[in-house]
Amino acid sequence: MPERSAHSGHHGVMPVIADAPGPDHPTAPPEPVDPARLYRDMAITRRIDTEAIALQRQGELGLWPSLLGQEAAQVGAAHALQPQDMVFPTYREHGVAWVRGIDPVELLGLFRGTTLGGWDPQQHRMNTYTLVIGAQLLHAVGYAMGIVRDGDVGTGEPGRDRAVLAFLGDGSISEGETNEAFVWAAAQDLPVVFLCQNNQWAISAPFSVQSRVPVARRADGFGFPGIRVDGNDVHAVLDATREALERARAGGGPTLVEALTYRRNPHTTSDDDGRYRSGAENDRWAARDPLALALDGMETGDGRAALLAEVEQECEQVAARLRAGCRALPEPDPAAPFDHTFAEITPELERQRAEHLAFVASLEVTP
Amino acid sequence: MTDTTMVGALNLGLRHELERDPKVLLLGEDVGRLGGVFRVTDGLQKDFGSDRVVDTPLGEAGIVGTAVGLAMAGYRPVCEIQFDGFVFPAVNQIVTQLAKIRHRSAGRTAMPVVIRIPYGGGIGAIEHHSESPEAYFAHTAGIKVVTPGSPQDAYTMLRQAIGSPDPVIFLEPKHRYWTKGPVTPVAGSGVAAGPLATDGLHRARIVRAGTDVTVVAYGPLVATALSAAGIAADEGTSVEVIDLRSISPLDSDTVVESVRRTGRLVVAHEASRSHGIGAEIAARVQQEAFYHLQAPVLRVTGYDTPYPASRLEQDWLPGVDRLLDAVEAVRKY
Ligand SMILES: Cc1ncc(C[n+]2csc(CCOP(=O)(O)OP(=O)(O)O)c2C)c(N)n1
Repeated sequence: MPERSAHSGHHGVMPVIADAPGPDHPTAPPEPVDPARLYRDMAITRRIDTEAIALQRQGELGLWPSLLGQEAAQVGAAHALQPQDMVFPTYREHGVAWVRGIDPVELLGLFRGTTLGGWDPQQHRMNTYTLVIGAQLLHAVGYAMGIVRDGDVGTGEPGRDRAVLAFLGDGSISEGETNEAFVWAAAQDLPVVFLCQNNQWAISAPFSVQSRVPVARRADGFGFPGIRVDGNDVHAVLDATREALERARAGGGPTLVEALTYRRNPHTTSDDDGRYRSGAENDRWAARDPLALALDGMETGDGRAALLAEVEQECEQVAARLRAGCRALPEPDPAAPFDHTFAEITPELERQRAEHLAFVASLEVTP
Repeated sequence: MTDTTMVGALNLGLRHELERDPKVLLLGEDVGRLGGVFRVTDGLQKDFGSDRVVDTPLGEAGIVGTAVGLAMAGYRPVCEIQFDGFVFPAVNQIVTQLAKIRHRSAGRTAMPVVIRIPYGGGIGAIEHHSESPEAYFAHTAGIKVVTPGSPQDAYTMLRQAIGSPDPVIFLEPKHRYWTKGPVTPVAGSGVAAGPLATDGLHRARIVRAGTDVTVVAYGPLVATALSAAGIAADEGTSVEVIDLRSISPLDSDTVVESVRRTGRLVVAHEASRSHGIGAEIAARVQQEAFYHLQAPVLRVTGYDTPYPASRLEQDWLPGVDRLLDAVEAVRKY
């Protein structure tokens, strides 16, 4: 398989694993994304993460899965999306959610225990988080089938052609459903891009437990291109994902993009990564920090100082919003589980709801 | 005898079985170096090696499916499913294969496989981390479904389950994982000691004697039922508490005998109400003790909704108050 660059720019990328065919229909050249915008979104994403960890420590959240180190993979991939594309995330895509315009306070509900989801998936064109590993990938494939049936692929009309971007982790590639999703996407040439953030750990299991070959090379066996990029280089991820999404929208079928990166924090705030990995490994990856790498590629001087000051101010605002918003998240209504089990409440649920609300009311009157 | 948490008791049970029988293997996500997300397997890989305590790839169908094959090859796999809500990718292997292989092979192929699943709510977790899937499994012929309510039972029943020649779904009430209780390990564990008799695994147990009302509970709700019985006693009602221990097979004899004495029955479980374990128990009791019943059998359960966001779980889950209300209702009927 010839090696070729996964991106059009000059940014450092990992060797590309498989070649990708060109799009069937030429598409308009992509608008360049302002590097300052990418840096800003990564910095805010990191701030959301840091603040959420603090909120968890203060007892405001039950749990938080940190994305420290994965900002470039997420922000880069998210900037490759068109508004009409659809996103299927795991539970760690806080940076994608930010770029997709989801209020970060809404991300917290699931982890605070006030909701099981939060935002409107249609409004933001991003599904709610999925906690069962791999389950969302078949949904992404089915959604892509719908797009094809709607005739929104390969029309060449900008703003009409659509694709699906589905996220997965390196652990996820072992699940049967993930492999089923790859089979279907390949067999039907579906407009779906699988973006694997290979952060090298699935809780305590290193990548070697899941695979002998890089994730990107798996795609070859299913019959679609696999591309491996430096997941800490936001431009590399953006370029590769953009190319893959454009191909998908144009009718060129699925792609598996592997963004090689590293999870620098424990799996979640409940995890103790000291039990399974070394600090030295972490230090090596901290030295390839995605935010620092993005800054390195930018102009120095007054412009940069102004940008940093501006971004810092924005981060402060987001953090303050998050702190206040978290505590102000409305407590769920005890009737909510009954009301939202089905579109219409069944007679049996009606009885159970009445029974439950009477019980809750009886608790409120006791001192 | 020492006081131990349920996690500690399970860990000791696994250790003694790994020592007793070199064919016992532990399989699961993160069971090795991490010791499992609840630390049930803590230190076991260090002591028994990564061939016996195996960190698997992230795939539940894989964990159970390979356990089936290992059992065919003469091993006794003990699988860990990380959380209740993640067993479903493995359900195909459990229902269509594991449960049927003895029958399919006309009794020639045993399936000594244990599937450990932390289950139930009450710990403030996010979606899929608080579910009670017992009825799905109990409805499948060919697998046993058991759940301990105390550290001692956690230790003993786990060893019995591993000794069992048939597949056992071993449900661990995670809400009680950190509760301490006395545990007497079996003396002289090790290869020579042999497996614990597996006879008792299907037996329910009266954990508090009483005369007015029988409360049947299992797993996480045994402690709740005992608390309720204590309060009821102060209010003048004598509650008998039965820890079911085995959900399938169901020891209805113990329940029926108790109801013949008390004339009243309340069944408690966290799982949804309809089509559940409580319904099965109520059916058996009306069939076998109809003329002894002084009141309808009541169920105190989770509701027929998805498990709610954790801020609602405290009231959604059957607790002491709801149990006491039901006890009073059957008492006054
Ligand atoms: C079906 C299923 N099994 C087990 C789990 C428990 N679990 C949660 S995250 C995780 C590791 C996931 O690793 P990976 O796919 O690499 O994603 P990452 O967390 O590293 O982003 C596991 C085992 C789960 N959520 N779903």
